[in-house]
Amino acid sequence: MNHLPEVWGRPRNDVYGAYDHSYLQGSHPMQHTQQPIVTGTSVIALKFNGGVVIAADNLASYGSLARFTDVERLKQVGTHTVVGAGGDISDMQHLYEKLLDSLIIKEEYQNDGHSLRASHIYRYLSRVLYHRRCKFDPLWNTILVAGWDDGKPFLASADLLGTTFSSPALATGFGAHLAVPLLRRVCPDENAVKSLTKEKAIETIEECMKVLFYRDARSLNKYSMAVITGEGVEQVPLSGEGKEKVHVEWKKDITLENQSWKFAEGIRGYGAQTV
Amino acid sequence: MTSIGTGYDLSNSVFSPDGRNFQVEYATKAVENGGTAIGIRCKDGVVLAVEKLIGSKLLVPGSNKRIAMVDRHVGLACSGLIPDARHFTSRARSEAASWRKFYHTPIPVSSLADRMGGYAQAYTLYSSVRPFGVTAIIAGMDEEGGPGLWMVEPSGVGWGYFGAATGRGRQAAKAELEKLPLPNITVKEAVKHAARIIYFAHDDNSKDKDFELEMTWVRHEKLATAESGEGIVKGWGKHEEVPKELVAEAEKLAKESMVEGGDDEEMEVEE
Repeated sequence: MNHLPEVWGRPRNDVYGAYDHSYLQGSHPMQHTQQPIVTGTSVIALKFNGGVVIAADNLASYGSLARFTDVERLKQVGTHTVVGAGGDISDMQHLYEKLLDSLIIKEEYQNDGHSLRASHIYRYLSRVLYHRRCKFDPLWNTILVAGWDDGKPFLASADLLGTTFSSPALATGFGAHLAVPLLRRVCPDENAVKSLTKEKAIETIEECMKVLFYRDARSLNKYSMAVITGEGVEQVPLSGEGKEKVHVEWKKDITLENQSWKFAEGIRGYGAQTV
Repeated sequence: MTSIGTGYDLSNSVFSPDGRNFQVEYATKAVENGGTAIGIRCKDGVVLAVEKLIGSKLLVPGSNKRIAMVDRHVGLACSGLIPDARHFTSRARSEAASWRKFYHTPIPVSSLADRMGGYAQAYTLYSSVRPFGVTAIIAGMDEEGGPGLWMVEPSGVGWGYFGAATGRGRQAAKAELEKLPLPNITVKEAVKHAARIIYFAHDDNSKDKDFELEMTWVRHEKLATAESGEGIVKGWGKHEEVPKELVAEAEKLAKESMVEGGDDEEMEVEE
């Protein structure tokens, strides 16, 4: 054995050649996330009279490879809220399993009859995203927060830049281009929410998921949907039973039915067609 | 205590010549004056109950909770100095949260009890601190061991129990707990026993004071119904307050049993 302690346990130079120190050089500039790696595609959501419906498929892509087909991208946070994330899956898992879980556990410590509502979760998430972008180390996601808040349905979006906005019909990723126009047909503005039924809203979301599967090459024919419905506003605890009732109904592993690919023949513009 | 007043009780971390640490013993005394707290380990979960002594009629009913949630699957009931208990709880929460962050899984109940034992023990070692005037009953339910019930004392000692009791009425409560076929009862049965035992212990020790019964349980609702038959239920339980209706029913039964129990005792005395 070599008598120099600093080389003990290291690959022997006479067998493996001299160690290439350039692998562990700390001299190059520090790099943060430059691009997402394993990604989820669109999340879509729509308000209706008495609630919100949100959906996202179960695919995590590695580039164009459909790498994982059983990923749940929607998460219930507390009693009032469902969050959906597109973009980097590992960042989404960090948000869901580290940040949001501990946020909710800390809220439960109080045991005071209050719980975080959708707008609180949304404000928290948008602050986290903006904080990370200010560190030039963004969490590479676009997020929709759907839920029940102060007697009204709640729906808003936040992204990796910290941009925040709200609308009765929202979609992230490819859905922002393909689904939003379809959603706006049934719900062009906040006033239209009152006349939109839960059944019609679900039907519209199902239709959008189908259109997205037809057109978005990073999508899957299996998806999850959550329907949040509510009644009333939160009451002051200890003053009796609260009047507010929030219910989250989950539908998982939904498969796209009644697909029709007839339209595919009419597509022009890519591939090897001679017009 | 013969060696009291000989100077060996003035500083923490100092042994008396006969090998005792008086500060720890005094801390145990502080616990013995606190409201009774009990824990019952069942086959499908754990029940915690405390006799919360009410110092003033001006306090809002149901306020100043004495059983704390440490993590989703763990509850902690304390007896002794309340501010000490609050700090102890806060430490337990940090331990549970850091375990989650580190291992990406909830903390097993035994590991939490172990860490809290170590924490309490560290406060017996230095002259700059005093021991916790608190005995904590830690109840939880995890995937590996199922329901777990641990009691950590001011000395830092922490043992697992089928039934644990601390505070003023602990002797009476222990005597009652020993009569139960633990852990082979269900949480729902244990709720009734817990209420009865707290009422019994109160009657025995602090009859003149007002108190509120506070009860929580840790259980896994789905598993409890699925495996309602034999065996210990294993899985991450949920710590929550026992539903109001069940508490009301248990309290009613407890009050009834107090009337009957009183008669029994008189009869025994006559015999």
